[in-house]
Amino acid sequence: MAERTQKQKPVPARTEETVTETPAASPQGDKLKAELDDLLDEIDDVLETNAEDFVKSYVQKGGE
Amino acid sequence: MAIAKVLGIETEYGIQVRGAESNPVAASSVLINAYVSGVLRRIGWDYEDEHPGTDARGFSYPESFAPEAGSQLVNAVLTNGARYYVDHAHPEISTPECVDAREIVRWDRAAEEIVRASMHAARRLLNDGSEIVTYKNNSDGKGNSYGCHENYLVDRATPFGRIVSQITPHFVSRQVFCGAGKVGCEFPNTTSTMVPYQLSQRADFFEEEVGLETTLKRPIVNTRDEPHCDATKYRRLHVIVGDANMAQVSTYLKVGTTAIVLAMIEDDALGNDLALANPVSAIRQISHDPTLTRTITLREGKRMTALELQWAILERAQKYERSHGLEPVGEAVGLDVLSRWETVLAGLENDRTTVAHWVDWVAKERLVNAFAERHDLRPGDTKLKALDLQYHDLRAERCLADRVGLEVMIGDDDVRTAMTEPPTTTRAYFRGKCLQKWPSEIVAANWDSLVFDVGRDPLRRVPMMEPLRGTADHVAKLLDECTSAAELLARLGS
Repeated sequence: MAERTQKQKPVPARTEETVTETPAASPQGDKLKAELDDLLDEIDDVLETNAEDFVKSYVQKGGE
Repeated sequence: MAIAKVLGIETEYGIQVRGAESNPVAASSVLINAYVSGVLRRIGWDYEDEHPGTDARGFSYPESFAPEAGSQLVNAVLTNGARYYVDHAHPEISTPECVDAREIVRWDRAAEEIVRASMHAARRLLNDGSEIVTYKNNSDGKGNSYGCHENYLVDRATPFGRIVSQITPHFVSRQVFCGAGKVGCEFPNTTSTMVPYQLSQRADFFEEEVGLETTLKRPIVNTRDEPHCDATKYRRLHVIVGDANMAQVSTYLKVGTTAIVLAMIEDDALGNDLALANPVSAIRQISHDPTLTRTITLREGKRMTALELQWAILERAQKYERSHGLEPVGEAVGLDVLSRWETVLAGLENDRTTVAHWVDWVAKERLVNAFAERHDLRPGDTKLKALDLQYHDLRAERCLADRVGLEVMIGDDDVRTAMTEPPTTTRAYFRGKCLQKWPSEIVAANWDSLVFDVGRDPLRRVPMMEPLRGTADHVAKLLDECTSAAELLARLGS
Protein backbone atom coordinates (compact mmCIF):
# COMPACT_ATOMS: atom_id res chain seq x y z
CA MET A 1 0.00 0.00 0.00
CA ALA A 2 2.88 2.35 0.78
CA GLU A 3 4.08 1.85 -2.76
CA ARG A 4 0.75 2.83 -4.17
CA THR A 5 0.57 6.08 -2.22
CA GLN A 6 3.93 6.98 -3.61
CA LYS A 7 2.81 6.28 -7.16
CA GLN A 8 -0.23 8.46 -6.84
CA LYS A 9 1.85 11.52 -6.19
CA PRO A 10 2.39 12.58 -9.79
CA VAL A 11 -1.31 12.48 -10.47
CA PRO A 12 -2.41 16.02 -9.54
CA ALA A 13 0.48 17.47 -11.54
CA ARG A 14 -0.62 15.40 -14.52
CA THR A 15 -4.19 16.55 -14.29
CA GLU A 16 -3.03 20.18 -14.43
CA GLU A 17 -0.87 19.44 -17.44
CA THR A 18 -3.70 18.01 -19.44
CA VAL A 19 -6.13 20.86 -18.86
CA THR A 20 -5.14 22.54 -22.09
CA GLU A 21 -5.55 19.51 -24.32
CA THR A 22 -8.51 17.67 -22.87
CA PRO A 23 -11.34 18.86 -20.66
CA ALA A 24 -10.34 18.71 -16.98
CA ALA A 25 -11.74 15.89 -14.94
CA SER A 26 -14.51 17.73 -13.14
CA PRO A 27 -16.14 19.65 -16.01
CA GLN A 28 -15.95 16.46 -18.00
CA GLY A 29 -17.78 14.68 -15.17
CA ASP A 30 -20.44 17.43 -15.05
CA LYS A 31 -20.85 17.34 -18.77
CA LEU A 32 -21.28 13.57 -18.68
CA LYS A 33 -23.84 13.83 -15.93
CA ALA A 34 -25.83 16.38 -17.87
CA GLU A 35 -25.61 14.22 -20.96
CA LEU A 36 -26.70 11.21 -18.97
CA ASP A 37 -29.73 13.10 -17.62
CA ASP A 38 -30.61 14.23 -21.13
CA LEU A 39 -30.19 10.71 -22.38
CA LEU A 40 -32.46 9.33 -19.67
CA ASP A 41 -35.03 11.94 -20.65
CA GLU A 42 -35.01 10.88 -24.28
CA ILE A 43 -34.21 7.23 -23.78
CA ASP A 44 -37.74 5.96 -24.23
CA ASP A 45 -37.52 6.84 -27.91
CA VAL A 46 -34.27 4.97 -28.27
CA LEU A 47 -34.91 1.86 -26.19
CA GLU A 48 -36.44 -1.22 -27.69
CA THR A 49 -40.08 -1.23 -26.66
CA ASN A 50 -40.22 -4.82 -25.51
CA ALA A 51 -37.11 -5.39 -23.38
CA GLU A 52 -38.19 -8.92 -22.52
CA ASP A 53 -38.43 -10.01 -26.18
CA PHE A 54 -35.35 -8.04 -27.17
CA VAL A 55 -33.17 -9.76 -24.57
CA LYS A 56 -34.73 -13.19 -24.97
CA SER A 57 -34.41 -13.29 -28.73
CA TYR A 58 -30.76 -12.31 -28.70
CA VAL A 59 -29.15 -15.74 -28.90
CA GLN A 60 -25.75 -16.20 -30.48
CA LYS A 61 -23.65 -19.15 -31.43
CA GLY A 62 -20.29 -19.21 -29.73
CA GLY A 63 -17.53 -17.99 -31.98
CA GLU A 64 -13.75 -17.69 -32.41
CA MET B 1 16.16 -4.71 -28.44
CA ALA B 2 12.40 -5.15 -28.76
CA ILE B 3 11.07 -5.32 -32.31
CA ALA B 4 8.44 -3.00 -33.79
CA LYS B 5 5.02 -4.00 -32.55
CA VAL B 6 2.97 -4.51 -35.69
CA LEU B 7 -0.64 -4.78 -34.52
CA GLY B 8 -4.08 -5.93 -35.57
CA ILE B 9 -7.54 -6.50 -34.10
CA GLU B 10 -10.11 -9.08 -35.26
CA THR B 11 -13.67 -8.57 -34.09
CA GLU B 12 -16.57 -11.00 -34.35
CA TYR B 13 -19.82 -9.11 -34.28
CA GLY B 14 -23.04 -10.39 -32.78
CA ILE B 15 -25.70 -10.76 -35.46
CA GLN B 16 -29.46 -11.06 -35.40
CA VAL B 17 -32.16 -11.08 -38.04
CA ARG B 18 -35.26 -9.23 -36.96
CA GLY B 19 -38.56 -9.90 -38.63
CA ALA B 20 -37.68 -13.18 -40.36
CA GLU B 21 -36.38 -16.64 -39.67
CA SER B 22 -32.73 -16.94 -40.64
CA ASN B 23 -29.60 -18.68 -39.54
CA PRO B 24 -26.64 -16.55 -38.49
CA VAL B 25 -24.25 -18.01 -41.08
CA ALA B 26 -26.57 -17.10 -43.94
CA ALA B 27 -27.27 -13.70 -42.38
CA SER B 28 -23.55 -13.01 -42.04
CA SER B 29 -23.03 -13.90 -45.70
CA VAL B 30 -25.87 -11.62 -46.80
CA LEU B 31 -24.47 -8.81 -44.68
CA ILE B 32 -20.96 -9.05 -46.11
CA ASN B 33 -22.11 -9.64 -49.68
CA ALA B 34 -24.34 -6.62 -49.46
CA TYR B 35 -21.26 -4.55 -48.65
CA VAL B 36 -18.73 -6.04 -51.06
CA SER B 37 -21.13 -6.08 -54.00
CA GLY B 38 -22.71 -2.72 -53.25
CA VAL B 39 -19.74 -0.71 -52.10
CA LEU B 40 -16.64 -2.25 -53.59
CA ARG B 41 -18.06 -2.30 -57.08
CA ARG B 42 -17.90 1.45 -57.11
CA ILE B 43 -14.20 1.48 -56.32
CA GLY B 44 -13.21 -0.89 -59.03
CA TRP B 45 -13.95 -4.43 -58.06
CA ASP B 46 -14.80 -6.53 -61.06
CA TYR B 47 -17.61 -8.97 -60.51
CA GLU B 48 -18.29 -9.56 -64.16
CA ASP B 49 -19.81 -13.03 -64.48
CA GLU B 50 -19.22 -13.77 -60.85
CA HIS B 51 -21.28 -14.54 -57.82
CA PRO B 52 -20.51 -11.73 -55.41
CA GLY B 53 -18.74 -12.90 -52.34
CA THR B 54 -18.31 -16.54 -53.14
CA ASP B 55 -15.96 -16.49 -56.09
CA ALA B 56 -12.23 -16.46 -55.58
CA ARG B 57 -11.46 -13.62 -57.93
CA GLY B 58 -10.01 -10.76 -56.02
CA PHE B 59 -11.20 -11.50 -52.58
CA SER B 60 -10.83 -15.12 -51.58
CA TYR B 61 -7.91 -16.59 -49.79
CA PRO B 62 -5.78 -19.42 -51.11
CA GLU B 63 -5.39 -22.73 -49.30
CA SER B 64 -4.27 -21.47 -45.95
CA PHE B 65 -7.47 -19.51 -45.51
CA ALA B 66 -9.77 -21.70 -47.54
CA PRO B 67 -13.29 -21.75 -46.18
CA GLU B 68 -14.79 -25.10 -45.23
CA ALA B 69 -15.03 -27.31 -48.30
CA GLY B 70 -18.16 -26.81 -50.31
CA SER B 71 -19.45 -23.98 -48.18
CA GLN B 72 -20.36 -20.60 -49.57
CA LEU B 73 -18.75 -18.60 -46.81
CA VAL B 74 -17.72 -15.14 -47.79
CA ASN B 75 -14.10 -14.21 -47.46
CA ALA B 76 -13.19 -10.79 -48.76
CA VAL B 77 -10.09 -8.65 -48.74
CA LEU B 78 -10.87 -4.94 -48.68
CA THR B 79 -8.97 -2.07 -50.26
CA ASN B 80 -8.05 -0.78 -46.80
CA GLY B 81 -6.07 -3.99 -46.32
CA ALA B 82 -8.62 -5.56 -43.95
CA ARG B 83 -10.23 -8.99 -44.18
CA TYR B 84 -14.03 -9.25 -43.95
CA TYR B 85 -15.45 -12.75 -43.63
CA VAL B 86 -17.83 -15.16 -41.98
CA ASP B 87 -16.25 -16.90 -39.03
CA HIS B 88 -18.33 -19.60 -37.37
CA ALA B 89 -21.69 -17.89 -37.14
CA HIS B 90 -20.52 -14.28 -37.05
CA PRO B 91 -19.39 -11.57 -39.42
CA GLU B 92 -15.79 -10.75 -38.61
CA ILE B 93 -13.38 -8.04 -39.63
CA SER B 94 -9.62 -8.19 -39.14
CA THR B 95 -8.07 -4.76 -39.34
CA PRO B 96 -5.10 -4.24 -41.63
CA GLU B 97 -1.68 -4.37 -39.99
CA CYS B 98 -1.02 -1.16 -38.04
CA VAL B 99 2.08 0.21 -36.32
CA ASP B 100 0.62 1.85 -33.24
CA ALA B 101 -2.42 2.00 -31.00
CA ARG B 102 -3.74 5.16 -32.60
CA GLU B 103 -3.83 3.51 -36.02
CA ILE B 104 -5.57 0.53 -34.42
CA VAL B 105 -8.33 2.76 -33.09
CA ARG B 106 -8.76 4.31 -36.52
CA TRP B 107 -9.03 1.04 -38.45
CA ASP B 108 -11.10 -0.63 -35.74
CA ARG B 109 -13.55 2.27 -35.95
CA ALA B 110 -13.47 1.95 -39.74
CA ALA B 111 -14.37 -1.74 -39.34
CA GLU B 112 -17.35 -0.72 -37.20
CA GLU B 113 -18.49 1.70 -39.90
CA ILE B 114 -18.05 -0.99 -42.56
CA VAL B 115 -20.38 -3.24 -40.56
CA ARG B 116 -22.82 -0.34 -40.22
CA ALA B 117 -22.66 0.35 -43.95
CA SER B 118 -23.24 -3.38 -44.50
CA MET B 119 -26.43 -3.24 -42.40
CA HIS B 120 -27.71 -0.38 -44.56
CA ALA B 121 -26.81 -2.20 -47.76
CA ALA B 122 -28.48 -5.39 -46.51
CA ARG B 123 -31.61 -3.45 -45.60
CA ARG B 124 -31.95 -2.47 -49.25
CA LEU B 125 -31.44 -6.06 -50.36
CA LEU B 126 -33.92 -7.67 -47.97
CA ASN B 127 -37.29 -6.48 -49.17
CA ASP B 128 -39.37 -8.71 -46.90
CA GLY B 129 -39.36 -6.20 -44.05
CA SER B 130 -36.69 -8.09 -42.16
CA GLU B 131 -33.54 -6.45 -40.91
CA ILE B 132 -30.04 -7.64 -40.03
CA VAL B 133 -28.78 -6.07 -36.83
CA THR B 134 -25.22 -6.29 -35.50
CA TYR B 135 -23.70 -5.78 -32.08
CA LYS B 136 -20.12 -5.06 -31.09
CA ASN B 137 -20.08 -7.09 -27.90
CA ASN B 138 -18.83 -10.51 -26.79
CA SER B 139 -21.69 -12.36 -25.20
CA ASP B 140 -25.40 -13.00 -25.61
CA GLY B 141 -25.94 -13.09 -21.86
CA LYS B 142 -26.85 -16.76 -22.09
CA GLY B 143 -23.43 -18.35 -21.93
CA ASN B 144 -22.38 -17.93 -25.55
CA SER B 145 -19.30 -15.85 -26.23
CA TYR B 146 -17.52 -14.65 -29.36
CA GLY B 147 -14.25 -12.85 -29.51
CA CYS B 148 -12.31 -9.71 -30.13
CA HIS B 149 -8.75 -10.84 -30.68
CA GLU B 150 -5.61 -8.76 -30.74
CA ASN B 151 -2.41 -9.59 -32.58
CA TYR B 152 1.08 -8.41 -31.74
CA LEU B 153 4.28 -9.09 -33.64
CA VAL B 154 6.91 -10.41 -31.25
CA ASP B 155 10.48 -11.56 -31.66
CA ARG B 156 10.77 -15.30 -32.22
CA ALA B 157 13.95 -15.19 -30.10
CA THR B 158 12.01 -14.25 -26.98
CA PRO B 159 11.26 -17.45 -25.04
CA PHE B 160 7.52 -18.11 -25.24
CA GLY B 161 7.50 -19.25 -21.62
CA ARG B 162 8.66 -15.80 -20.54
CA ILE B 163 5.90 -14.16 -22.56
CA VAL B 164 3.26 -16.41 -20.97
CA SER B 165 4.33 -15.91 -17.39
CA GLN B 166 5.00 -12.18 -17.64
CA ILE B 167 2.08 -11.03 -19.79
CA THR B 168 -0.53 -12.87 -17.69
CA PRO B 169 -0.72 -10.36 -14.80
CA HIS B 170 -1.41 -7.62 -17.36
CA PHE B 171 -4.07 -9.66 -19.16
CA VAL B 172 -5.79 -10.40 -15.85
CA SER B 173 -5.78 -6.83 -14.54
CA ARG B 174 -5.99 -4.56 -17.62
CA GLN B 175 -9.77 -5.05 -17.68
CA VAL B 176 -10.02 -2.27 -15.08
CA PHE B 177 -9.61 0.17 -17.97
CA CYS B 178 -10.62 -1.88 -21.02
CA GLY B 179 -13.48 -4.04 -19.79
CA ALA B 180 -16.64 -3.40 -21.81
CA GLY B 181 -18.92 -4.03 -18.81
CA LYS B 182 -21.68 -6.58 -18.43
CA VAL B 183 -25.01 -6.66 -16.62
CA GLY B 184 -25.24 -10.00 -14.82
CA CYS B 185 -23.04 -13.05 -14.83
CA GLU B 186 -22.61 -16.13 -17.00
CA PHE B 187 -20.23 -18.09 -14.82
CA PRO B 188 -21.77 -21.40 -13.73
CA ASN B 189 -23.48 -21.38 -10.34
CA THR B 190 -23.16 -17.62 -10.01
CA THR B 191 -26.41 -15.69 -10.17
CA SER B 192 -26.99 -12.15 -11.30
CA THR B 193 -27.99 -11.37 -7.71
CA MET B 194 -24.51 -12.34 -6.61
CA VAL B 195 -22.90 -10.44 -9.52
CA PRO B 196 -25.36 -7.81 -10.82
CA TYR B 197 -22.67 -5.99 -12.81
CA GLN B 198 -19.11 -6.81 -13.83
CA LEU B 199 -16.17 -5.21 -15.62
CA SER B 200 -15.73 -7.62 -18.49
CA GLN B 201 -17.89 -9.31 -21.11
CA ARG B 202 -15.43 -12.17 -21.41
CA ALA B 203 -14.00 -12.97 -17.97
CA ASP B 204 -16.71 -15.56 -17.23
CA PHE B 205 -15.44 -17.70 -20.12
CA PHE B 206 -11.77 -18.32 -19.29
CA GLU B 207 -10.87 -21.72 -17.91
CA GLU B 208 -7.16 -22.21 -18.57
CA GLU B 209 -3.96 -20.22 -18.13
CA VAL B 210 -2.46 -21.17 -21.45
CA GLY B 211 -3.53 -23.29 -24.42
CA LEU B 212 -4.41 -23.57 -28.09
CA GLU B 213 -8.20 -23.51 -27.84
CA THR B 214 -10.32 -20.47 -28.60
CA THR B 215 -13.85 -21.87 -28.42
CA LEU B 216 -13.68 -24.36 -25.56
CA LYS B 217 -11.66 -24.18 -22.39
CA ARG B 218 -10.53 -20.73 -23.42
CA PRO B 219 -7.03 -19.84 -22.18
CA ILE B 220 -5.82 -16.46 -20.90
CA VAL B 221 -2.76 -16.83 -23.15
CA ASN B 222 -3.48 -18.41 -26.51
CA THR B 223 -0.69 -20.44 -28.12
CA ARG B 224 -1.76 -20.32 -31.76
CA ASP B 225 1.47 -20.07 -33.71
CA GLU B 226 0.60 -18.82 -37.13
CA PRO B 227 2.70 -15.74 -37.74
CA HIS B 228 1.57 -14.89 -41.30
CA CYS B 229 5.12 -13.65 -41.92
CA ASP B 230 8.69 -14.92 -41.64
CA ALA B 231 8.31 -17.59 -38.95
CA THR B 232 12.02 -17.84 -38.35
CA LYS B 233 12.11 -14.23 -37.14
CA TYR B 234 8.66 -13.53 -35.77
CA ARG B 235 5.81 -14.77 -33.69
CA ARG B 236 2.28 -13.37 -33.78
CA LEU B 237 0.93 -13.30 -30.25
CA HIS B 238 -2.77 -14.02 -30.70
CA VAL B 239 -4.64 -12.55 -27.74
CA ILE B 240 -8.16 -13.78 -27.11
CA VAL B 241 -8.70 -12.47 -23.61
CA GLY B 242 -10.00 -8.97 -24.40
CA ASP B 243 -13.44 -7.40 -24.82
CA ALA B 244 -14.60 -5.58 -27.95
CA ASN B 245 -14.71 -1.92 -26.98
CA MET B 246 -17.09 0.82 -28.01
CA ALA B 247 -14.96 3.49 -26.26
CA GLN B 248 -12.06 4.49 -28.48
CA VAL B 249 -9.82 5.21 -25.51
CA SER B 250 -10.50 1.73 -24.11
CA THR B 251 -9.30 0.19 -27.38
CA TYR B 252 -6.34 2.57 -27.41
CA LEU B 253 -5.29 1.69 -23.88
CA LYS B 254 -5.95 -2.03 -24.31
CA VAL B 255 -3.64 -2.28 -27.31
CA GLY B 256 -1.23 0.52 -26.37
CA THR B 257 -0.42 -0.79 -22.89
CA THR B 258 -0.16 -4.39 -24.08
CA ALA B 259 2.27 -3.42 -26.86
CA ILE B 260 4.47 -1.64 -24.32
CA VAL B 261 4.37 -4.59 -21.90
CA LEU B 262 5.36 -6.97 -24.72
CA ALA B 263 8.28 -4.72 -25.70
CA MET B 264 9.37 -4.78 -22.05
CA ILE B 265 9.17 -8.58 -22.00
CA GLU B 266 11.30 -8.80 -25.13
CA ASP B 267 13.89 -6.57 -23.47
CA ASP B 268 13.55 -8.56 -20.25
CA ALA B 269 12.59 -5.42 -18.36
CA LEU B 270 9.41 -6.56 -16.61
CA GLY B 271 10.39 -9.32 -14.17
CA ASN B 272 8.62 -12.38 -12.82
CA ASP B 273 7.61 -11.16 -9.38
CA LEU B 274 4.07 -10.08 -10.41
CA ALA B 275 3.09 -13.64 -11.40
CA LEU B 276 -0.27 -14.63 -9.97
CA ALA B 277 -1.06 -17.66 -7.84
CA ASN B 278 -4.21 -18.45 -9.79
CA PRO B 279 -4.77 -16.29 -12.87
CA VAL B 280 -7.98 -18.05 -13.95
CA SER B 281 -9.88 -17.33 -10.77
CA ALA B 282 -8.19 -13.90 -10.48
CA ILE B 283 -9.50 -12.68 -13.85
CA ARG B 284 -13.01 -13.50 -12.72
CA GLN B 285 -12.62 -12.10 -9.21
CA ILE B 286 -11.45 -8.80 -10.65
CA SER B 287 -14.25 -8.69 -13.20
CA HIS B 288 -16.89 -9.48 -10.57
CA ASP B 289 -15.81 -6.61 -8.31
CA PRO B 290 -16.72 -3.16 -9.65
CA THR B 291 -15.60 -1.66 -6.32
CA LEU B 292 -12.05 -2.53 -7.43
CA THR B 293 -11.11 -3.33 -3.83
CA ARG B 294 -10.82 -7.12 -3.85
CA THR B 295 -7.27 -8.43 -3.63
CA ILE B 296 -5.78 -11.32 -5.53
CA THR B 297 -2.85 -13.46 -4.49
CA LEU B 298 0.52 -13.32 -6.18
CA ARG B 299 2.63 -16.44 -6.53
CA GLU B 300 5.06 -14.97 -4.01
CA GLY B 301 2.23 -14.72 -1.50
CA LYS B 302 1.60 -10.97 -1.54
CA ARG B 303 -1.99 -9.77 -2.10
CA MET B 304 -2.76 -6.86 -4.40
CA THR B 305 -5.83 -5.23 -5.94
CA ALA B 306 -6.07 -5.08 -9.73
CA LEU B 307 -5.30 -1.37 -9.56
CA GLU B 308 -2.18 -1.99 -7.46
CA LEU B 309 -1.06 -4.57 -9.98
CA GLN B 310 -1.62 -2.05 -12.77
CA TRP B 311 0.25 0.69 -10.88
CA ALA B 312 3.17 -1.72 -10.50
CA ILE B 313 3.20 -2.54 -14.23
CA LEU B 314 2.84 1.14 -15.16
CA GLU B 315 5.71 2.14 -12.91
CA ARG B 316 7.94 -0.41 -14.64
CA ALA B 317 6.76 0.80 -18.03
CA GLN B 318 7.67 4.39 -17.11
CA LYS B 319 11.09 3.22 -16.02
CA TYR B 320 11.43 1.25 -19.25
CA GLU B 321 10.60 4.35 -21.28
CA ARG B 322 13.36 6.27 -19.51
CA SER B 323 15.95 3.55 -20.08
CA HIS B 324 14.97 2.18 -23.50
CA GLY B 325 12.60 4.70 -25.11
CA LEU B 326 9.38 3.57 -26.83
CA GLU B 327 10.44 3.27 -30.45
CA PRO B 328 8.92 -0.24 -30.91
CA VAL B 329 5.40 1.05 -30.15
CA GLY B 330 5.82 4.45 -31.82
CA GLU B 331 7.51 7.02 -29.57
CA ALA B 332 4.80 9.72 -29.55
CA VAL B 333 1.88 7.32 -29.23
CA GLY B 334 3.78 5.35 -26.57
CA LEU B 335 4.29 8.48 -24.45
CA ASP B 336 0.62 9.39 -24.80
CA VAL B 337 -0.38 5.86 -23.79
CA LEU B 338 1.79 6.08 -20.67
CA SER B 339 0.25 9.42 -19.77
CA ARG B 340 -3.34 8.23 -20.25
CA TRP B 341 -2.54 4.95 -18.47
CA GLU B 342 -1.58 6.93 -15.38
CA THR B 343 -4.60 9.21 -15.66
CA VAL B 344 -7.01 6.32 -16.01
CA LEU B 345 -5.62 4.45 -12.99
CA ALA B 346 -5.76 7.59 -10.86
CA GLY B 347 -9.28 8.28 -12.05
CA LEU B 348 -10.47 4.76 -11.33
CA GLU B 349 -8.94 4.97 -7.88
CA ASN B 350 -10.13 8.41 -6.86
CA ASP B 351 -13.33 9.20 -8.75
CA ARG B 352 -14.17 6.91 -11.59
CA THR B 353 -16.77 9.25 -13.06
CA THR B 354 -13.81 11.34 -14.28
CA VAL B 355 -12.89 8.54 -16.69
CA ALA B 356 -16.39 7.53 -17.75
CA HIS B 357 -15.66 9.08 -21.18
CA TRP B 358 -12.70 6.71 -21.59
CA VAL B 359 -13.78 3.40 -20.07
CA ASP B 360 -16.71 1.36 -21.38
CA TRP B 361 -17.58 -0.46 -18.18
CA VAL B 362 -17.69 2.79 -16.24
CA ALA B 363 -19.83 4.54 -18.85
CA LYS B 364 -22.22 1.61 -19.01
CA GLU B 365 -22.37 1.25 -15.24
CA ARG B 366 -23.37 4.89 -14.86
CA LEU B 367 -26.08 4.50 -17.45
CA VAL B 368 -27.41 1.29 -15.90
CA ASN B 369 -27.38 2.69 -12.38
CA ALA B 370 -29.01 5.97 -13.37
CA PHE B 371 -31.71 4.15 -15.32
CA ALA B 372 -32.36 1.70 -12.49
CA GLU B 373 -32.64 4.56 -10.03
CA ARG B 374 -35.02 6.59 -12.16
CA HIS B 375 -37.33 3.65 -12.83
CA ASP B 376 -36.85 1.95 -9.48
CA LEU B 377 -35.58 -1.29 -11.01
CA ARG B 378 -33.92 -4.08 -9.10
CA PRO B 379 -30.61 -5.65 -10.13
CA GLY B 380 -31.35 -8.43 -12.59
CA ASP B 381 -34.30 -6.61 -14.21
CA THR B 382 -34.52 -7.49 -17.90
CA LYS B 383 -34.67 -3.80 -18.80
CA LEU B 384 -31.12 -3.44 -17.50
CA LYS B 385 -29.97 -6.35 -19.62
CA ALA B 386 -31.64 -4.70 -22.61
CA LEU B 387 -29.73 -1.51 -21.83
CA ASP B 388 -26.48 -3.51 -21.80
CA LEU B 389 -27.24 -5.09 -25.16
CA GLN B 390 -28.26 -1.80 -26.68
CA TYR B 391 -25.04 -0.14 -25.55
CA HIS B 392 -23.36 -2.27 -28.26
CA ASP B 393 -26.14 -2.03 -30.86
CA LEU B 394 -24.64 -0.75 -34.11
CA ARG B 395 -27.89 0.74 -35.41
CA ALA B 396 -27.33 4.48 -35.22
CA GLU B 397 -30.87 5.04 -33.95
CA ARG B 398 -30.40 2.51 -31.12
CA CYS B 399 -26.74 2.60 -30.13
CA LEU B 400 -26.40 3.79 -26.53
CA ALA B 401 -22.58 3.96 -26.54
CA ASP B 402 -22.89 6.74 -29.14
CA ARG B 403 -24.97 8.72 -26.65
CA VAL B 404 -23.00 8.61 -23.39
CA GLY B 405 -20.32 11.18 -24.24
CA LEU B 406 -17.36 8.87 -24.97
CA GLU B 407 -14.21 10.70 -26.09
CA VAL B 408 -13.69 10.73 -29.83
CA MET B 409 -9.99 10.25 -30.59
CA ILE B 410 -10.38 9.69 -34.31
CA GLY B 411 -12.77 12.01 -36.11
CA ASP B 412 -15.39 10.87 -38.60
CA ASP B 413 -13.43 12.02 -41.67
CA ASP B 414 -10.40 9.94 -40.74
CA VAL B 415 -12.64 6.97 -39.99
CA ARG B 416 -14.38 7.32 -43.34
CA THR B 417 -11.17 7.36 -45.37
CA ALA B 418 -9.87 4.36 -43.40
CA MET B 419 -12.85 2.35 -44.68
CA THR B 420 -11.20 2.26 -48.10
CA GLU B 421 -7.60 3.38 -47.56
CA PRO B 422 -4.92 1.22 -45.94
CA PRO B 423 -2.40 2.38 -43.33
CA THR B 424 0.68 3.77 -45.09
CA THR B 425 3.01 2.24 -42.52
CA THR B 426 2.86 -1.53 -43.13
CA ARG B 427 2.56 -4.11 -45.91
CA ALA B 428 -1.21 -3.46 -45.76
CA TYR B 429 -0.40 -0.43 -47.91
CA PHE B 430 0.89 -2.61 -50.76
CA ARG B 431 -2.05 -5.02 -50.42
CA GLY B 432 -4.69 -2.29 -50.32
CA LYS B 433 -3.23 -0.15 -53.07
CA CYS B 434 -2.78 -3.12 -55.42
CA LEU B 435 -6.41 -4.11 -54.79
CA GLN B 436 -7.49 -0.56 -55.58
CA LYS B 437 -5.44 -0.35 -58.73
CA TRP B 438 -5.54 -3.83 -60.27
CA PRO B 439 -8.52 -5.68 -58.79
CA SER B 440 -9.07 -7.85 -61.83
CA GLU B 441 -5.45 -9.00 -62.00
CA ILE B 442 -5.35 -10.19 -58.39
CA VAL B 443 -6.74 -13.70 -58.05
CA ALA B 444 -5.92 -14.24 -54.40
CA ALA B 445 -4.81 -12.18 -51.49
CA ASN B 446 -3.45 -13.29 -48.17
CA TRP B 447 -1.80 -11.65 -45.20
CA ASP B 448 1.62 -12.54 -46.53
CA SER B 449 1.18 -12.64 -50.31
CA LEU B 450 -0.73 -11.39 -53.35
CA VAL B 451 -1.26 -13.64 -56.36
CA PHE B 452 -1.51 -11.95 -59.77
CA ASP B 453 -2.87 -13.25 -63.03
CA VAL B 454 -1.65 -10.98 -65.80
CA GLY B 455 -2.74 -13.26 -68.61
CA ARG B 456 0.41 -15.29 -68.91
CA ASP B 457 1.07 -18.54 -67.11
CA PRO B 458 1.96 -19.19 -64.43
CA LEU B 459 0.21 -17.13 -61.77
CA ARG B 460 2.68 -14.81 -60.07
CA ARG B 461 2.87 -14.76 -56.30
CA VAL B 462 4.34 -11.68 -54.62
CA PRO B 463 5.41 -12.68 -51.14
CA MET B 464 5.08 -10.15 -48.32
CA MET B 465 6.87 -11.93 -45.50
CA GLU B 466 8.04 -8.71 -43.84
CA PRO B 467 5.14 -6.81 -42.23
CA LEU B 468 7.07 -3.54 -42.40
CA ARG B 469 7.93 -3.75 -46.11
CA GLY B 470 5.52 -2.56 -48.75
CA THR B 471 4.83 0.71 -46.93
CA ALA B 472 4.06 3.98 -48.71
CA ASP B 473 7.69 5.01 -48.24
CA HIS B 474 8.83 1.87 -50.03
CA VAL B 475 6.32 1.42 -52.83
CA ALA B 476 4.08 4.49 -53.31
CA LYS B 477 6.28 5.90 -56.08
CA LEU B 478 6.60 2.51 -57.77
CA LEU B 479 2.84 1.90 -57.66
CA ASP B 480 2.21 5.39 -59.07
CA GLU B 481 4.60 4.85 -61.93
CA CYS B 482 3.34 1.42 -62.96
CA THR B 483 0.55 1.57 -65.52
CA SER B 484 -0.24 -2.14 -65.33
CA ALA B 485 0.09 -5.07 -62.98
CA ALA B 486 2.42 -6.69 -65.52
CA GLU B 487 4.72 -3.70 -65.32
CA LEU B 488 4.63 -3.85 -61.52
CA LEU B 489 5.62 -7.52 -61.56
CA ALA B 490 8.39 -6.85 -64.05
CA ARG B 491 9.79 -4.05 -61.92
CA LEU B 492 9.51 -6.09 -58.75
CA GLY B 493 11.54 -8.72 -60.59
CA SER B 494 9.33 -11.51 -59.43
